[in-house]
Amino acid sequence: MSASVVLSSLANGVMLGGLYALVALGLTLIFGVMKIINFAHGALMMWAMYASFWLAKLGGVDPYLSLAVTLPVGFAAGYAIQRAVITPVLEAPEHNQLLMTLGLALFLENLALLAFKADPRTLLVSYSQASVSLGPILLSLPRLLAFAGALAVTLLLFLFLKFTDLGKALRAAAEERDGAALVGIPVRRVYAVAFGIGTACVTAAGAMAVPFFYVSPEVGNTLVITAFVVVVLGGMGSFAGALAGGLLVGVVESLGGLFVHGSLAQIGIFALFILVLLFKPSGLLGAPSA
Amino acid sequence: MLELEGVDVFYGDLQALHGVSLTVEASEIVTLVGGNGAGKTTMLRTVSGLLRPRRGEIRFEGRRLDRLTPDRIVEAGVVQVPEGRRLFPSLTVRENLDLGAYTRRARPARARTLEDVMARFPILRERAGQRAGSLSGGEQQMCVIARALMARPSLLMLDEPSLGLAPMVVQEIFRIIREINGRGVTVLLVEQNVRQALATSRRGYVLETGRIVLSGTGQELLESEQTLKAYLGR
Repeated sequence: MSASVVLSSLANGVMLGGLYALVALGLTLIFGVMKIINFAHGALMMWAMYASFWLAKLGGVDPYLSLAVTLPVGFAAGYAIQRAVITPVLEAPEHNQLLMTLGLALFLENLALLAFKADPRTLLVSYSQASVSLGPILLSLPRLLAFAGALAVTLLLFLFLKFTDLGKALRAAAEERDGAALVGIPVRRVYAVAFGIGTACVTAAGAMAVPFFYVSPEVGNTLVITAFVVVVLGGMGSFAGALAGGLLVGVVESLGGLFVHGSLAQIGIFALFILVLLFKPSGLLGAPSA
Repeated sequence: MLELEGVDVFYGDLQALHGVSLTVEASEIVTLVGGNGAGKTTMLRTVSGLLRPRRGEIRFEGRRLDRLTPDRIVEAGVVQVPEGRRLFPSLTVRENLDLGAYTRRARPARARTLEDVMARFPILRERAGQRAGSLSGGEQQMCVIARALMARPSLLMLDEPSLGLAPMVVQEIFRIIREINGRGVTVLLVEQNVRQALATSRRGYVLETGRIVLSGTGQELLESEQTLKAYLGR
């Protein structure tokens, strides 16, 4: 096996990892702020992928352009879901919250099954098969774009949380809910914003995945399980952890596919996952739990 | 200014407050004393909207508070310094203070209030870039009081501000409370440090197992047999 193949595989793994990181970021944001595990995250991503898919297929709109529509819709959907179904269970026991998000996932999946049938579909855009060579490394163009897009979204999110009043309010509500309420932060609205942003993250990830990934009603499960691994690997609620975990998982999957058989690539991820949990249960960048 | 009338609060089936009525007049310092579990914190949390009374009314400047959300209550000018400080530990001191002025009432004047507050608590200016969680106990208490002041309160409620602090720091905190009051902010103080609190206050109430059992001027309560027995341990 030549070095350039390995390097290319490594680089493509990093690219894919950027996308995983973005999915994981949305998940970890929602968890970090509300301590709710959003099982519907993958189903929401699947719907975002269908939205971009059909906009491209029927309207001829490039997935990246369709973000102008799907991002605000994704945010609004997340915001509305929070207000309608998550807020009522915020004070409920944890298992009720799990059942709520799981139920939502099942509902969204079956709705997609009804609407689009079970067949996987793929979207061919002009650059689906294109690649860019960087010295000896051959990069898939759609993956490169997704990587750049994921990094851009991550950076924007970071700046938002660090510098805007709303972003600071979000971090405050995540750390100290009563304290936040007592300085006049409308905590429930801020929670809805967090869910909206989390959903916008998967919406972006969905659109950017569509040029090189299939779409089916179950596609969200595949992706979100990987995202769960990333979140736990990086440390629940940690942003840097989601980013590092995403890249690591992307690389392991890509190299695993190269050295072992493609369909066995995921074994590497889960082996890594189990090892990290054994030796650092709080995740790579997570704070040790009390 | 603040009136509670027959307020009942429950945790599930457990009644924590029984028909609590009290008033705080503009620009006075009123103290609420009582032992552990008497319902002092419950009362403040209810006024702040974190808990809802099952019966009774809470009015502030004639306006009903008991149906408002906590952020609206802060907006109305009723601001609490919570027990246990409740700072945002991983945010910097400066970010904590900025968030104190989150409401529409306080936001336009944020820079000016910040300057005021920093002048009153010079230590916070020194620590501005530090994570709030890294401050000492006394500094954290000052930071949380400063954060509450950022909201430009007309009524400031403090829940056990002297808890767990060294005597010197306690003196300093009480001095600051008097000074804040001197600038026209009404103060409702909840304390276990009965002697100091009552000496600082014009009037006080004694809360026992969720009921107001005694009220009077600070001096009267200090001299009352019942207060002494129940809370000063003699």
